Formats: sequence, structure tokens, C-alpha cells
Amino acid sequence: MGRGKGGLRLWVQAGWTALTNGYAAGFLGGKIYTGPLKNLCVPGLSCYSCPGALGACPIGALQAVLGSRGFRFSFYVLGFLMMVGALLGRFVCGWLCPFGLVQDLLHKIPLGKKRKTLPGEKWLRRLRYLVLLVFVILLPLYAVDFIGQGQPWFCKYICPAGTLTAGLPLVSQNAALQEAVGWLFGWKNLVLLLLVLLSVLLWRPFCRYLCPLGAVYGLFNPIAFRRMQVKTENCTSCGACQRACKLDIPVWKTPNSPDCVRCGDCKKSCPHKALL
Amino acid sequence: MIEICRKNLPAILLLLLGGAFFALGILRAENFTVFTKAVNLCLECIGIG
Repeated sequence: MGRGKGGLRLWVQAGWTALTNGYAAGFLGGKIYTGPLKNLCVPGLSCYSCPGALGACPIGALQAVLGSRGFRFSFYVLGFLMMVGALLGRFVCGWLCPFGLVQDLLHKIPLGKKRKTLPGEKWLRRLRYLVLLVFVILLPLYAVDFIGQGQPWFCKYICPAGTLTAGLPLVSQNAALQEAVGWLFGWKNLVLLLLVLLSVLLWRPFCRYLCPLGAVYGLFNPIAFRRMQVKTENCTSCGACQRACKLDIPVWKTPNSPDCVRCGDCKKSCPHKALL
Repeated sequence: MIEICRKNLPAILLLLLGGAFFALGILRAENFTVFTKAVNLCLECIGIG
């Protein structure tokens, strides 16, 4: 039963990734989709310059609107994030994010000693809020050029999803882009490489430390329709849920922690069926 | 039904507010800014510049 649900999550992740990043002509021709679906955001972190992408990344979209000359606030993207957050919270991260799927698969590689946390874990997990505030909101808003246009700082300097799903496939197929490659491409690939290596040892390092989208959705975890409850009459505080949690969350105490991506491992592990 | 609504009141309010924001964003044509960015190759995203 438990194994079945883990398998179900993987299938949902793969199916959703295929649905939202399934523009095969883009991969074959080294181009991106330019149809009307790109008006819409997808719930997970999914670069709109990925050749397969059929929708827009909400974090990229937020920076695009904030960094544009016409707007200083994005009702469109914030509204979208509020709706998705209120419905699902970080369930999106666990089930509907393509880069989450990549990290999940990397963590299945049987190499090295798997770890649950890093030294300074508590502070590292707060980094994602700093990334959200500085790279996604403040810099695109205020670090503008002479015509008042900002840059997508998170996409440019941090986002490993863009490097993996857009940068590498497009640069590998386009001679002009290959000639334009410089230090920034090297830097972004270094960030990606570090996260790939870390993902083998530690479950979802990008989601827990750096993802600004996870930072937003995590705020909705306590109130979202898709939230968890502890049945106090059943719970014995045995800690089985925390031992099963790959993010080391004490679920019996904080079932709606902003770190939780709703993978469901805690529910499966609870011997008393205390998690609903 | 009432019990479900009561338990999920903050989520319902945020869902409605989010829907209103989303509609307002469309009225302000913010989606056109998103679309324009998304259908053009984002050089920053791919690490070119």
C-alpha cells in the first residue's frame, strides 16, 4: 500500500511534467512554444524557455511583470499564486513540480551516505525567503536600467531548472547560442551541478533551501484546503512520522510546516493512523 | 457543507481574493507582459545574458 502511493506520486509527477512540458516539436527543433497557452502560469517551477514548456513559470512571470516598465505590482501572478496556494499549498512541490521530480529521481541513485539535514539546517531553510525577497521581488523592482526595466535576477543567477530544461537543450542545438556562452552560463551550470550532486545525498536541497516558489506556497500550508491534521486521540508522539520524513519535520507537532511538500511518507509510516 | 466552509474559511477567502486579483491582472493586461516574456527566448534564464 505504502509503496503503491509512493509510486503514484512518481506517476503523477511524470504525467504532469509530460503534460506541461510536452511540446515535442520544441525539443526536436531547438525552439520554444509560442502559442496562447503561454499566457497562463503553471503551478510548479518550470522555465518558459524550456523547449517543451507549454505554460509560463510563475516565478519568471512575477519577475517579468515587476521588472517591466508598466507595472510595479502583479495582481495576475499574485492572484494565481494565492489561488493555487489556497487550494494546494506545497502539495504542488511534492506532486506537480518538474524540478522536484528531477531531484526525487537523483535521490534514488544509490550513491553515498544519504543525509536528512546539513549543519545549520534551520538557517539554510530560511534562505529561500531571502531569495524570494531579494532576487524575485526587490532586485527586479528596483535595480532597473535607464529605461526603467529590471532583470529576472533569480532566473539569471540562480534558477537551476532554467539551466537544466532550457539552457542545456537550447545551447546544445544552437550554434549562435554556443558562441554567446560566457561566464554566466558557467556559473549557472556550476549551481546546477552542485544541486545535482547534493540531491543524490540529500532529498530536495533546492526545494528546502532556495526555491522562492516553495517559500510562497509554504506560507499557505497551514490554511490550504489540502492540509494535514493530527488526530490527537490516536497520536502517541512516537516520532515515526519524523523518522519517515525525508525533510526531518516533526509532523506530529507541526503537521503543516512550511517545509512540508506533502509527499505523504509520514501518513504511510504512522502506526496509529493519527495523520489525516 | 457549512462545517467544511467554516473549517476552510481562510482558504476560501484567499481563493476568492486570489481570483479577484487574477481577474484584475487580466484587466490590466499583465498577462500580455507574461506572454511576451514567455514566447521569446529568455537569455537570462538559459544563462546567456
